[in-house]
Amino acid sequence: MDKRELYERLNDVFRDVFDDDEIEVYPDTTADDIDDWDSLEHITLISAVEREFRMKFKMGEISSMKNVGEMAAIIAERGR
Amino acid sequence: MKELEYPFDSEYIIKKRKSLKKALLSDGTQRLSKKIAVLGGSTTNDIVVYLELFLLNCGIEPQFYQSEYGQYWQDAMFPGEELLSFKPDIVFIHTTSRNLTETPTTANTKEETDALLERQYAKFEQMWQKIAETFRCPIIQNNFERPFYRLMGNRDVSDYRGKSNFTARLNQKFYEYSQKTEGFYINDIDFVSAAYGLREWSNPSYWNLYKYALCPEAIPEFSYNLANIIKSIFGKNKKVLALDLDNTLWGGVVGDDGVDGIAIGQETGVAQSYYEFQSYVKSLKSIGVILTVCSKNDPENAIAGLNHPEGALRPDDFILIKANWENKDRNIAETANELNIFPDAIVFADDNPAEREIVRAQIPGVAVPAMDGVENYIINLDRSGFFEVTNFSADDLARNEMYKANAERAAQQAAFGDYSEYLRSLEMTAIIDDFLPVYLERITQLTNKSNQFNVTTKRFTPTEMEAVFKSPEYIRLYGKLIDKFGDNGVVSVVIGRKNAEALEIELWLMSCRVLKRDMELAMLDRLVERAKAAGLSKLRGYYYPTAKNNMVRDLYERFGFAKVSEDEAGSTVWELAVDGYENQNHVITVEDNSSIQ
Repeated sequence: MDKRELYERLNDVFRDVFDDDEIEVYPDTTADDIDDWDSLEHITLISAVEREFRMKFKMGEISSMKNVGEMAAIIAERGR
Repeated sequence: MKELEYPFDSEYIIKKRKSLKKALLSDGTQRLSKKIAVLGGSTTNDIVVYLELFLLNCGIEPQFYQSEYGQYWQDAMFPGEELLSFKPDIVFIHTTSRNLTETPTTANTKEETDALLERQYAKFEQMWQKIAETFRCPIIQNNFERPFYRLMGNRDVSDYRGKSNFTARLNQKFYEYSQKTEGFYINDIDFVSAAYGLREWSNPSYWNLYKYALCPEAIPEFSYNLANIIKSIFGKNKKVLALDLDNTLWGGVVGDDGVDGIAIGQETGVAQSYYEFQSYVKSLKSIGVILTVCSKNDPENAIAGLNHPEGALRPDDFILIKANWENKDRNIAETANELNIFPDAIVFADDNPAEREIVRAQIPGVAVPAMDGVENYIINLDRSGFFEVTNFSADDLARNEMYKANAERAAQQAAFGDYSEYLRSLEMTAIIDDFLPVYLERITQLTNKSNQFNVTTKRFTPTEMEAVFKSPEYIRLYGKLIDKFGDNGVVSVVIGRKNAEALEIELWLMSCRVLKRDMELAMLDRLVERAKAAGLSKLRGYYYPTAKNNMVRDLYERFGFAKVSEDEAGSTVWELAVDGYENQNHVITVEDNSSIQ
């Protein structure tokens, strides 16, 4: 999976979860950049990303990811 | 909405939660508005999100109060102003094995463990009683899921020192309380977690990261199960199961294969699966579900198939058999008509996706579960929760008999030229009097289920009804109707509040199974008599229009009331002077409570 495809699929997940078709995510996007992205929505987001890429985040990863770039790096490694 | 029907795709719902909610809220459905207080021992935000979706989908628009994280006990025992003014219609207590504070260790003696159990239980019972006193509304309480590890391995469940054993005993105490307490319901997460898979359900990362007592992917299933209890309490259960025959109740096509050629019985695995399904369907009757047939078949073939010696069902298990070559949507519409119910009380079970699609598209509101593969039939119907039992009244048990007697009455009616001659031939006796405790459950149930013959559509919870029953401010009447075909049970309820000179009629409802029997006139006669005896000079009636109660728009006019006012919404107010009133019922013999006590 190349980086462009990964970000396209990730974008779709974000748009679904936050119900906003305007969203564009970049490696440096953080929770501060998206209005509804609070700790509760974060759980939904993680679950939806895991489903899309058919992988699971480890507990330590979930709490340490700082931006979309770090999330994408883990997906690139284990996602499908 | 198909996406929210069992078996649903939880992960899809999780992803699309926002757009699903928008779609439901903008579909123009009229919904019951209900307030639900969620008192949690763990995070409840997502539970509420999916609970809202499932409730919206079955006609209930909820408002929520959620306690601060983990504050369920404090909130219940010392409710703050916000919760008090919220005035919940239901309190839901979301506790799980994560909230057990007193659990045994292997060092405890049997006596010490028993004491721990009592202490742990007392904390809950004390809380339930406080909630019941403060809010007088139904309470839903989770039982406990199995602990996710077993310290002693297999022995953990049988040894009193085991956490698994302790949890099971505590659950048992919850059930005992539930059986003796009206308006107290158990949300069976012990089952739901097992069905989901305890391994994932209890995945500790979600507790340790977010204080969720179950994994996020399981929350839709959790909320669906909970929504079933709530919709049942508020009278949104289904009543009728309309079944296709070929490849639904037996394998093969009876018209082509002949009675001897269909798969039903003990001969093969497939035949056994159909037999098991027939047995399940037959047992649905015992919880009050009405069975009908909706099949494209010649009637003789349908009956022959149902008479198969190896089958569990018989033709007379069905109140109506529609076996013909008409479109199924038309047959379902006629079924609703003939049973005097709304189509949205029907579940249509058919193995053919094309037939399901037609019915789904043509008759909005009919539930159309997926029926793919006979091995899935029972589980799909069962988990859908269409017939969730919250109150188990004697009336539910007798319902099938009553509908059957109704069908016989209809047959007899055809033989009479004059309608009142027919009514007299039914040899009807009614008992109309003040409520009796033994009928309170049925009376409450009627206030939540009756939509058509119901002038104010005022709903009552069991606790509210208890209050009405005990108050001297009311004149209350229930009506029970018996005729030569059988006992119809309690079919009508009237509640009037006394003020200085008039009786304000807050509720007047009647079950549609006794329409056109003059039962409402017998109720009116008794009401006037009681109002006079209480020294009141008039009755004041109210009609509030809804989507379903058009049939009683002119009820008070037919009774001889005079219209006092009407507003732009079509709500009307009516009055009748009790002086000079003459009894209007001439076909029913009326008795009072002394005849049965």
